[in-house]
Amino acid sequence: MIPAGFEYHRPGDIASAIGILQEHGDEARVLAGGHSLIPMMKLRMAEMGHLVDLQAIEELKGIEVGADTVSLGAMVTQHELITHDGLASAIPLIREAALQIADPQVRYVGTVGGNVANGDPGNDMPGLMQCLNATFDLSGPDGNRSVAARDFYEAAYFTAREDEEILTRIHIPVPGAAVGQAYEKQKRKIGDYATAAAAVMVGNGTASVAMTNLADTPVWSEGASAALASGDVEGCVAAMLDAIDPVADNRGPVEFKKHVAAVMLRRAIDRAQSRAG
Amino acid sequence: MNDQTMTPEERAANLKGMGSSRKRVEDVRFTQGKGNYVDDIKLDGMLFGDFVRSPYAHARVVSVNKEAALALPGVIAVLTAEDLSPLGLHWMPTLAGDKQMVLADGKVLFQGQEVAYVVAEDRYIAADAVELVEVEYEELPVLTDPFEALKSDVVLREDLEGQTEGAHGPRKHHNHIFTWEQGDKDATEAVLAEADVVAEEMVYYHRTHPCPLETCGCVASMDKVTGKLTLYGTFQAPHAIRTVVSLISGVAEHNIRVISPDIGGGFGNKVGAYAGYVCSVVASIVTGKPVKWVEDRMENLMSTAFARDYWMQGKIAATKDGKITGLWCHTTADHGGFDACADPTKFPAGFMNICTGSYDIPTAYLAVDGVYTNKAPGGVAYRCSFRVTEAAYFIERMIEVLAIKLNMDAAELRRINFIKADQFPYQSALGWEYDSGDYHTAWDKALKAVDYDGLRAEQAQRIEEFKAGKTRKLLGIGLTHFTEIVGAGPVKNCDILGLGMFDSCEIRIHPTGSAIARLGTISQGQGHATTFAQIIASEIGLPADDITLEEGDTDTAPYGLGTYGSRSTPVAGAATAMAARKIRAKAQMIAAYLLEVHDDDVEWDVDRFAVKGAPERFKTMKEIAFAAYNQAIPGLEPGLEAVSYYDPPNMTYPFGAYICVMEIDVDTGEWEVRQFYALDDCGTRINPMIIEGQVHGGVTEALAIAMGQEIAYDEMGNVKTGTLMDFFLPTAWETPNYTTDHTVTPSPHHPIGAKGVGESPNVGGVPAFSNAVHDAFRPFGLVQSHMPHDHWRIWKIANGLGLHG
Ligand SMILES: Cc1cc2nc3c(=O)[nH]c(=O)nc-3n(C[C@H](O)[C@H](O)[C@H](O)COP(=O)(O)OP(=O)(O)OC[C@H]3O[C@@H](n4cnc5c(N)ncnc54)[C@H](O)[C@@H]3O)c2cc1C
Repeated sequence: MIPAGFEYHRPGDIASAIGILQEHGDEARVLAGGHSLIPMMKLRMAEMGHLVDLQAIEELKGIEVGADTVSLGAMVTQHELITHDGLASAIPLIREAALQIADPQVRYVGTVGGNVANGDPGNDMPGLMQCLNATFDLSGPDGNRSVAARDFYEAAYFTAREDEEILTRIHIPVPGAAVGQAYEKQKRKIGDYATAAAAVMVGNGTASVAMTNLADTPVWSEGASAALASGDVEGCVAAMLDAIDPVADNRGPVEFKKHVAAVMLRRAIDRAQSRAG
Repeated sequence: MNDQTMTPEERAANLKGMGSSRKRVEDVRFTQGKGNYVDDIKLDGMLFGDFVRSPYAHARVVSVNKEAALALPGVIAVLTAEDLSPLGLHWMPTLAGDKQMVLADGKVLFQGQEVAYVVAEDRYIAADAVELVEVEYEELPVLTDPFEALKSDVVLREDLEGQTEGAHGPRKHHNHIFTWEQGDKDATEAVLAEADVVAEEMVYYHRTHPCPLETCGCVASMDKVTGKLTLYGTFQAPHAIRTVVSLISGVAEHNIRVISPDIGGGFGNKVGAYAGYVCSVVASIVTGKPVKWVEDRMENLMSTAFARDYWMQGKIAATKDGKITGLWCHTTADHGGFDACADPTKFPAGFMNICTGSYDIPTAYLAVDGVYTNKAPGGVAYRCSFRVTEAAYFIERMIEVLAIKLNMDAAELRRINFIKADQFPYQSALGWEYDSGDYHTAWDKALKAVDYDGLRAEQAQRIEEFKAGKTRKLLGIGLTHFTEIVGAGPVKNCDILGLGMFDSCEIRIHPTGSAIARLGTISQGQGHATTFAQIIASEIGLPADDITLEEGDTDTAPYGLGTYGSRSTPVAGAATAMAARKIRAKAQMIAAYLLEVHDDDVEWDVDRFAVKGAPERFKTMKEIAFAAYNQAIPGLEPGLEAVSYYDPPNMTYPFGAYICVMEIDVDTGEWEVRQFYALDDCGTRINPMIIEGQVHGGVTEALAIAMGQEIAYDEMGNVKTGTLMDFFLPTAWETPNYTTDHTVTPSPHHPIGAKGVGESPNVGGVPAFSNAVHDAFRPFGLVQSHMPHDHWRIWKIANGLGLHG
């Protein structure tokens, strides 16, 4: 559990960070909270010559809660997501999901940007962001662009982000008080990734449903969301079961995961509906 | 208040002796981060070792190319079996009478096996160099199933080819290690043939790992000038390690000093000798510099000693009204690539023959077959006396299986079969003499405490609600009455590598009436410094706070066999009391001299000797201590010291009644422990607070084992649970509340009547949790399902019983 050697960089602004990424190409990687990246380096599953720490970049911080949109800096920690009152009243789903991530020690340093940029199917935030229909701002050598969370994930650890791009902010439309929200996650123990997790929004004739760790990317299903919007819970579950593609691992075989996925989804729907205005 | 005015009770309380919930003296340093563990040791010029390990479970090692590694600046050496073989150190003896490769000698037998040892100036360089060692392997067929291994043509241990006799008798097959038989086979088979009822079941206790928070490690330091080798390490048996190191390295034993500093948990994982120790010693002797080796978490889980992995086929016979008439057990024991179990020499399956448990079973037979597979070696007693947890799990499952067969309440079935209080000392059918017990009293107390009848009524109602579709949760009531066998042990039948399993204590009283005591054991969190001082305090009347306890330095501590198998209190605790009594005997003579009366005319009174019939004429222990150093007493040597080597006449047999109430979600397999009641009878109670702490810790480990913790392999022999993400180690979050309780049935042969408690909760806890899971599904037809009961396996039970609609 000893990582290979690397150079450490600590730029003060986004432009210099991009500069370092450009200079070293795929030898370099940005470092946020380090709670996904550093374990991989210790296992020597990730080896890179240059780490570009984003901690000193002020532009990447801060939570802004507007009337229609919430904006999260990439370096906002998971702990801040939990303790920010304005955020909790605007989009309670974020706190509910963040409380299910890892444990307090990890959440004090793990960031929302790192969680969504990482591309690990086990991460909870990507599915959550797809449910919320968030957009990710990216800055790179060629300027800035935005990618919808629902278009961002390509395969495990592969995203729409280019190597030399940095995810800077996340924008989330505020769903409105009439929309009930719920996050359900089954895990084996505290600090564990999901056996299955469901993020659900429903109300006002709309619905959005996404699930985590049941395929090599998060799964947001248009069909499942539409079914739920029309009040067809079982149709929603059926569409989602069609969309997921879990693999067997220590958490259990495929059959079990599909069963649990349906249970989590129904429970999240139940709870979200009970909260819808 | 002073010595004159205090009542004897007040004086006794001031001593904080036996029975006092004295706070742990160790915790002052541990809670401040001031402990001194092996990895805290930093010596001048220290080098670092690290292993190249096999990615394959079974392969021939075709070649090892060190060149690139040696070319890395800072790398001092790369050792392979070829380098160790001229010293005869490429193999080492195991505690089980087998031998084990230190570094791969032509082949590897399990994933993670040590292939080469890199020595470098810096820990990071060592890790980089490991990556640069090029090893060419040729994969061989992998055997991970012991039943398959016994049929397979594949020879795992080519070094033993043609050897039909092993350390424990004949070998039946090239992958067979031993057969160990106890009891009366013919008589048991006759009982089974004639019985009203026979329940038969395969009970599997899966492979798991002790996983102490601190992994194994050492620092070897050879002083080339003095010729002295100092070996710091995470050793549960420092003296035995010294003797073993001397025997295998050829360094004279007086030139070896072994030091176990603070140890962050052992649970059996730190009893054996590992390749890391041998390689570090060799590297230090060769370089003349200190060499540190500390394994990481993954290395610990995949290569150092595992626990359990027993397939126990059982048959239990009874009359139709539930009186057990016989027990039969055949165990297939998966020992991995080398037989490195840590058991007393004559017990290749440990004390598995305690498997008649708490029950008066007149006829019984046990056979255990040890088998080689492509898994890591070990088979240590993970927080239990040798294989006692397996035995307890086996009998407590068989009782439940029999209750199902008889359609009887499992609590009642236990009650009618318990050994009765007046049957002690009790001779078991498999050869043990239980020292003392009162199982009925404990059982009744436990059932009453949890309102057993009320729980059964609630369970019946829950089943109705479940069937009516009003709930998806079932209620399980897990019962266990366990009997342990600890305190190994009598030298006449217990030894490790020929070393008798006595233990020792040396006490020195200082002139001012404080003391230091040293023992042959070593605490790994048990709180010896606290509790053994309490024994001395009660025996010799000096306050526990004035007594320093030291363990773990072989240059200063008397010889002993170390701490595991709950042996410290039964053996070293007895030695402590006996040494203290020697001191008290001398103190009596000193007091009589000072009081100018005959030795027989003074009597012991808490912390002093007083003249019989004249309690106002006395000498306190403090005064006596000073006199021992400043008076010339005719016929007595100066000073006040004693040492005792204690060879226990028998084992001790702690017991307990545990009850677990568990809620189970049939749709997800999730569970929640609603209540856990643990009644322990460990004989005389030295420190109730420490007992409670030990029970909490042990039950938590039991929870982990029963509910998810395992070392699992895939069919290629890859370890699937090599990190704490997959290997279940409960945190405060998963830990339920426990209610502890006790009865006190002292051991009749132990000087203070104490039996040991540290391991009871693991032994009793595992069947309590597992039985709760089984009990929840019993109304739907479940008889037996293997641990660990993680979510998907519980879900599978429900699914198999048709509970998912
Ligand atoms: C014990 C444990 C349990 C955990 N349990 C969970 C859990 O239950 N659910 C869960 O969701 N997560 C879990 N995690 C992961 C945790 O939430 C991580 O913090 C998170 O996945 C990554 O965030 P980070 O800030 O630590 O990113 P880092 O580890 O620093 O980075 C992760 C990856 O994202 C890239 N990256 C980071 N920030 C940016 C950016 N701004 N722009 C572009 N690329 C970027 C990095 O280069 C790296 O490749 C757990 C972690 C641990 C150690």
